[in-house]
Amino acid sequence: MIDKTRTNRAWLLILPMTVLVAFSAIVPLMTVVNYSVQDILGPNTKVYVGFEWFRKALRDPELHAAFLRQLLFSFSVLAIELPLGLGISLIMPRRGWAISASLVVLALPLLIPWNVVGTIWQIFGRPDIGAGGAALVKLGLDYNYTVNRVDAWLTVLVMDVWHWTPLVALLCYSGLRAIPHAYYQAAAIDGASPWSVFRYIQLPKLKNVLVIAVLLRFMDSFMIYTEPFVVTGGGPGNSTTFLSQFLTRLAVGQFDLGPAAAFSLIYFLFILLFCYVFYTIMNRVGQG
Amino acid sequence: MAEILLRAISHSYGVARGARDRAGRRAPVYALRDVELRWRDGGAYALLGPSGCGKTTLLGIISGLIRPTRGEVLYAGKDVTDLPSRGRNIAQVFQFPVVYDTMTVGQNLAFPLRNRGLAAAEIDRRVGRIAEILELSAVLAMRATRLTADQKQVLALGRGLVRDDVAAILFDEPLTVIDPHRKWLLRRKLKEIHKQFRHTLIYVTHDQTEALTFADEVVVMQTGQVLQRGTPEELFLRPAHTYVGYFIGSPGMNVLPCEVAAGIEAGAMLARIGAHEVALPAGLDPALAGPGLELGIRPEHIAVLGEPAAGLPAVVGAVEDHGRFRIVTARLGDRPIKIRIGHAVNAPRLAAGEVVRLGFPPEHICLYRDGRIVAPVAPVAPIAPGAQGEVAA
Amino acid sequence: MTLSLERIARTVAGERHLIDVDLTLGRGTINVLLGHTGAGKTSLLRIIAGLDRPTAGAVRFDGVDVTRLPSRRRSVALVYQQFINYPSLTVRDNIASPLRLARAPDVLGRVGELARLLRIDDLLDRLPGELSGGQQQRVAIARALAKSADVVMFDEPLVNLDYKLREDLRDELRALFGAARPGGKPATVIYATTDPGEALALGGTTIVVHQGRVLQHAAALEVYHRPISALAAGVVSDPPINLVDGVVQGGAVELAGEIRIPLAGRTGRHLGGLADGPYRFGIRASDCRLAPSEGTVGVPARVELSEISGSETFVYLRGGAAQTRFIVQQDGVFHHRLDDELTVYLDPDRLLAFGPGGDQPLIASYEPGV
Repeated sequence: MIDKTRTNRAWLLILPMTVLVAFSAIVPLMTVVNYSVQDILGPNTKVYVGFEWFRKALRDPELHAAFLRQLLFSFSVLAIELPLGLGISLIMPRRGWAISASLVVLALPLLIPWNVVGTIWQIFGRPDIGAGGAALVKLGLDYNYTVNRVDAWLTVLVMDVWHWTPLVALLCYSGLRAIPHAYYQAAAIDGASPWSVFRYIQLPKLKNVLVIAVLLRFMDSFMIYTEPFVVTGGGPGNSTTFLSQFLTRLAVGQFDLGPAAAFSLIYFLFILLFCYVFYTIMNRVGQG
Repeated sequence: MAEILLRAISHSYGVARGARDRAGRRAPVYALRDVELRWRDGGAYALLGPSGCGKTTLLGIISGLIRPTRGEVLYAGKDVTDLPSRGRNIAQVFQFPVVYDTMTVGQNLAFPLRNRGLAAAEIDRRVGRIAEILELSAVLAMRATRLTADQKQVLALGRGLVRDDVAAILFDEPLTVIDPHRKWLLRRKLKEIHKQFRHTLIYVTHDQTEALTFADEVVVMQTGQVLQRGTPEELFLRPAHTYVGYFIGSPGMNVLPCEVAAGIEAGAMLARIGAHEVALPAGLDPALAGPGLELGIRPEHIAVLGEPAAGLPAVVGAVEDHGRFRIVTARLGDRPIKIRIGHAVNAPRLAAGEVVRLGFPPEHICLYRDGRIVAPVAPVAPIAPGAQGEVAA
Repeated sequence: MTLSLERIARTVAGERHLIDVDLTLGRGTINVLLGHTGAGKTSLLRIIAGLDRPTAGAVRFDGVDVTRLPSRRRSVALVYQQFINYPSLTVRDNIASPLRLARAPDVLGRVGELARLLRIDDLLDRLPGELSGGQQQRVAIARALAKSADVVMFDEPLVNLDYKLREDLRDELRALFGAARPGGKPATVIYATTDPGEALALGGTTIVVHQGRVLQHAAALEVYHRPISALAAGVVSDPPINLVDGVVQGGAVELAGEIRIPLAGRTGRHLGGLADGPYRFGIRASDCRLAPSEGTVGVPARVELSEISGSETFVYLRGGAAQTRFIVQQDGVFHHRLDDELTVYLDPDRLLAFGPGGDQPLIASYEPGV
């Protein structure tokens, strides 16, 4: 790392932003930590309860269920979006005007506000007036996401894949473009098959990009709220209630600030831990 | 192994093969213009020239990376112009080491053979043999990423050597990433390999030392055309073009405008530079007489004569002392001229501003018109191995 | 302006990039920083420029301590290896930028002058991206000179250009340094390079750097003829100097246990004063011959590699039973095949003697010019 000679004036320039960040992020976070160790019976009645909320949260069966559902969701999302995104990037054009066209088309789902995404799919999946839902019913399938849990899961999954695969595809595409052409030439000279080219040249050189893609998608999917909420509202029953919705229900619905604060801290730490583990594994795999 | 022939090759990056040129302002720029070359089987060749001369484009056409706008490429008489790299039986070493990072050294070497479906035992045998020759046996099990830059380049070369169907090995400035004081080790390895395998080797570079040391024959290019091809001695002693004279040799050849006239004695001719006369070699064509010619002489060949003597007067500008030799920049009339002299005991001590008398030995003079050589036309005698060549001043 | 570095050290993440550097550079001098890649040349230049802070030591301009002074307040200019120009400004604006920042008078006039000096006056309206490598580097050099800084530094500026362009630009640079600067005070020039040839071509003083230390600081020819140690000799010679361990005993030098060079009469006079004992001997490639002459001693050898470069031949050989490696540089074009058997003739009058251990200091050297 280069250490540059510092000037005192630079600190003054950062000060306004520091104050802003302090107000909007650090202070609220500290408030949450504060609440997580208190039982809030009323606006002015707070009782210090130590780690009780944490203990309760970790033993709550509903929390465990939501957690497992979330894990299943996130892993399914990764398992589908990564190979699919990578595959799309491999077939995207590398020359001419078609590049811009494909990039624009690919980026469209990413630009749509998330609740609008949810609304689109909510309508699209309706068995009566939705184009997708009605088509499935016409084909003879008994599709109804408000009633059938599997249908609800699949709808939410497909929506997320449609929404976020372009991100993976764009990341992988930029990684592919960075590979010097000499590698492909050498592979051609060595008589390598397309599969060998993928396995020995493209995949290793995409390692860093894939790490980023995994981290981004995992974190985002683990915190997903708007889209499934708009489509299924968490239903039918609890089948699509993921962690963040569970937390919201707890905090806003039941106004149990103490347990909610404790849970959100656990949530936060958990994501941090997962990302660290993922990152270390991917780096180890690369060097191995 | 085969003879490679390039016939009437022209190439413009904007024009597809077989398409017609657009005229006028949109007329395309040609990277190569009407290049005709024959690469004999087993020769070591260098493509030498400044950036932008077309040497990399030419290499791409030989390797199959580029389809030339016009012309044909033939391998052993067979037209391969439309054949991509895959089908051409060549190997290539690039500017930066291209190795398969996730594979070990041994797997890297085995890769081209596995793709061609050879038996495992045969693959092992060949890999072992090549690794031995390239001094990579100790690191066969190491991952390719862990090697140093020169080892990686050697490995890239090895992937070409394991195959027995290689018509030519192409090098695109392969020593670029190598540490300067280790370059000679790789040059030595290349020479050993050439001696042992006798592949056709074609080496692209902008560095005259690399080209002249590596190749039996050097092709000098500039702005898409071949200026001269010949042995290092021919290029040095008889540059066919003033650019070749400039490009080869450190410093390059001096080029002085002159006028040629008949001398006093029969058959003798002389050149007039400004107000002075220089004797030219015997046996020149009398039809050469006239203005608009250029006289070329290398700094190594100019003699500094003691005063008083006949010779061209020049004013010394700067003297660079390089330890082993000195480079004197002087002015002959209004033209700059460079002289390279040694530190021998009787060599003159020169100071700025001093007037010196220069001698141009006729046997080292070349005459040019419009940049092309017009005299002497006799070829440079090939030097037998082990014998002494031209000795510079 | 006198530039002095006092006990400069720089350690980054446990690695010592510069160790105990003490230098004083006079006003208007040309100084070449010569060393291998990674020796610390760039680190040193950056510290003088103020881009990095030394871990210890001080930098003084005319006696004033500027170590803590930020880069933009020092009178320095730096030209990099990678041709660095403002990509969105024309050549004219690039060269003018330091002049405009300093609010100098007659910006365009000065720009024109510099452009003419560097032969880019017909490119003033182009963007750097449209220029060739050599042209871009000239723009960078013009911009550095426009600043009229007291210290102008070059960090291997020609290394990314093809060799002929390198020679041409080097000639121009030498002329530029030599020419009087408009406005009086000449600048102190520091030029970093790995090529010993450049050090000799540019002249001035050579500062030999190796693994973060300054080994020698003397006139270019002095460093060439009398390298201060075997290590310095290795850095300043191209091709590398032939180094062989040997002993002085019984009035003769014995190299590698087998090559015997008697020190009697006129030969090797400069070695006559050596005490008996082990030494490391060095002889330059250009002082070895393949033909005998008076006083030279022959070593039977085998050719490993023979290379022709313009009008010189470099021959790499292994000689004697000990297979000592010799590099011979011959004037002229010769052909030697691999494994040819030849004799290497060493001239005892050109032998350098270094101490056997530690930093192998120079103990005996010949008089150059004799």
